Amino acid sequence: MPAPIAEATAETLPFWEAAARGELLYQRCRRCGKVQFYPRGHCAACAHRALDFEPSAGHGTIYSFTIVHRAPSAAFRDLVPYVIALVDMAEGFRLMVNLLGSDAVSGAAIGRPVRIVFAKRGEGQAVLPQAELVA
Amino acid sequence: MTGKAYLTGAYDTKVGELPGSSCLGLHAEAAFGALADAGLELGDIDGVLCAYSFTRPHIMLSSVVCEYLGIHPAFTAALSVGGATACIQVMQAQALVMAGICRHVLVVAGDNRATGLTRDGAVAALAGVGHPEFEQPYGISVPAAYALVAQRYMHEYGATPDHLAAIAVTHRAHAALHPNAHKREPITLADVGRSKMISSPLRLLDCCLISDGAAALIISAAEAAHDRPHPPIALLGAGQGHTHEHIIAAPTLTDFGCHRAAATAFGQAGLGVGDVDVALIYDSFTITLLVELESIGFFARGEAGPAAAAGALGLAGSLPCNTHGGLLSYGHSGAAGGMFHLVEAVRQLRGAAGRRQVPGAEVAFVHGDGGILSAHCSLLLGKA
Ligand SMILES: [Zn+2]
Repeated sequence: MPAPIAEATAETLPFWEAAARGELLYQRCRRCGKVQFYPRGHCAACAHRALDFEPSAGHGTIYSFTIVHRAPSAAFRDLVPYVIALVDMAEGFRLMVNLLGSDAVSGAAIGRPVRIVFAKRGEGQAVLPQAELVA
Repeated sequence: MTGKAYLTGAYDTKVGELPGSSCLGLHAEAAFGALADAGLELGDIDGVLCAYSFTRPHIMLSSVVCEYLGIHPAFTAALSVGGATACIQVMQAQALVMAGICRHVLVVAGDNRATGLTRDGAVAALAGVGHPEFEQPYGISVPAAYALVAQRYMHEYGATPDHLAAIAVTHRAHAALHPNAHKREPITLADVGRSKMISSPLRLLDCCLISDGAAALIISAAEAAHDRPHPPIALLGAGQGHTHEHIIAAPTLTDFGCHRAAATAFGQAGLGVGDVDVALIYDSFTITLLVELESIGFFARGEAGPAAAAGALGLAGSLPCNTHGGLLSYGHSGAAGGMFHLVEAVRQLRGAAGRRQVPGAEVAFVHGDGGILSAHCSLLLGKA
């Protein structure tokens, strides 16, 4: 059974189109300048409706992580143990990723630097922003 | 103590695996139990507040429950705020009686999650609280989201797996004193440490149960609360706090809406944490309780874990907590899980908690949290 495919909305479609070409986008408010993630039609800080998508350089650090041993559904059962991390990006937003790579389970630690990569989780899936540890 | 509304009836069904039980049947059993406890008939109830169900999902659950009970109230609605629902039902019932819309409000919740769903089905349904685009594709589950909180909290404040385990062990010891608890066999720190890893650092015994069961309360207006079979319990203060739903949108993983919810409730009641005789605080995971105890201010940062390990949350401790065994060991039946905390608070304040009784308990603090420490409601209850 395939993993769930990310269902884009009009507000998030630019994000997923960028991810498909290997780019991580976040939003910045044209009025207050705050950055936000996930994409919305307005600024959650000041309610302004004009925001720009900006590309991230892809550098972040692990804010927290967990190694999942009990999958939430059949789609993830073959992947355990896998790492979910919350990553604080240099641009000031936070997102959830899987930490990929053979050193992910042994090397995951709060504060460790990561870089964003792009990967599918299974055949025919949406390309997701993911992360790898930086040596 | 005087309040703006009073708890005049309380009842909980058996919990655990109840073959043959149904969502609506459990609702009815709890509702009629609470009515009898309050010395009321169905016709005395003019407000009905329900929650939600996994096994009988319906967009109008409160209408379905009213029809099933055979009641035509002046006001009904279903509320859906995860684990905060039971406390928010009581807060909403308070508003209804204070506004003069109702005299006696039935608040009820129940679900047959253990026998009405497969374990995989329950886990998958709960994972639906994750964001469909930005969390669920990464394989998030409710335990994994709380594990993210636990990992960060341990990093910042030095909590250890044994601190979390001490919470689980204390809850099981309390449940052993409750004749209806889902899990009563004693456990040790080593048992917790050996239990299956679910999502690091949380192990199976750090996680709440999945149980069938239901609970109900009657909330009455001040002028309607007296001359009932039991002395009324006053609702002294109530507050909420909301910061996010999804864990990716939480402002921090170390402070949550429980802080604001509790501060509002204590302010209304004119009480402080030192006045609380017994605490009934949402414990979906061991980390949930640890974070809430510190965020609310019962313990300083980093001190709840060592205090739990030293017995502070036990019946003889400085803050007897979840004396029925909580969601970790008494039972967790969806929105009814948080209502079990309220029923236990009523029993403690009536002096009717049997071997679990906190001697002379006069003030109880009850707290529910929904989502991933997302939605919070605190209540202060006192002997009238
Ligand atoms: Zn703005």
